[in-house]
Amino acid sequence: MAIEVRIPTILRTYTDGAKQVEGDGSTLGELLIDLDRKHGGLRERLVDDGGLRRFVNVYLNDEDVRFLAGLDTPVKDGDTVTVLPAVAGGGI
Amino acid sequence: MLRVPKQIYDQIVAHARRDHPDEACGVVAGPAGSDRPERFIPMTNAARSPTFYEFDSTEQFQVWKEMDDNDEEPVVLYHSHTATEAYPSRTDVSYASEPGAHYVLVSTRDEHETEFRSYHIQNGNITEEPVTVVE
Repeated sequence: MAIEVRIPTILRTYTDGAKQVEGDGSTLGELLIDLDRKHGGLRERLVDDGGLRRFVNVYLNDEDVRFLAGLDTPVKDGDTVTVLPAVAGGGI
Repeated sequence: MLRVPKQIYDQIVAHARRDHPDEACGVVAGPAGSDRPERFIPMTNAARSPTFYEFDSTEQFQVWKEMDDNDEEPVVLYHSHTATEAYPSRTDVSYASEPGAHYVLVSTRDEHETEFRSYHIQNGNITEEPVTVVE
């Protein structure tokens, strides 16, 4: 068992085109560090010094982790983490 | 080129007019790989602002899941500018993350005339494309 992570099209260059990858960890932050070992560069696209980047949404199962504990959100085997690019913009 | 059914074109414009002066935003889904915008999905602008839009993240998750289950993809991502032209702003370009999608911009700055234009945004580059409305 592991944690399944769904990767959006724009980040699949880091996963050799894979739509779904697996990783381990007890928090989301640890999971992303684990993923970065196999898919170098991926973590940096999701996280900066201040935590999760503004441009991405990360969900644990079906909940936005911003409403949970962000990178400290506990994760466990069998969970699904979904990454989606935030859709935003504006006239100015 | 973007080929968009008349009914969907009208729905996008009506949504933009309805939410004016706030920006309106949404998706038109279509079968994956088809490049056919078929299913109109207006989204909530979580920012509720005249100068910014942002999909509500929970709603986005549900809609993306639905598209995945239906083997669809976001063919069109649209939003309105309510005081400026229908051209991608720097903010739009910095957020653009669907290189295959048609980014439709609608401007409602003129009360009577609605601008409706479409772009591809890839690696920070904006390419405008013609829009054909089909019956």
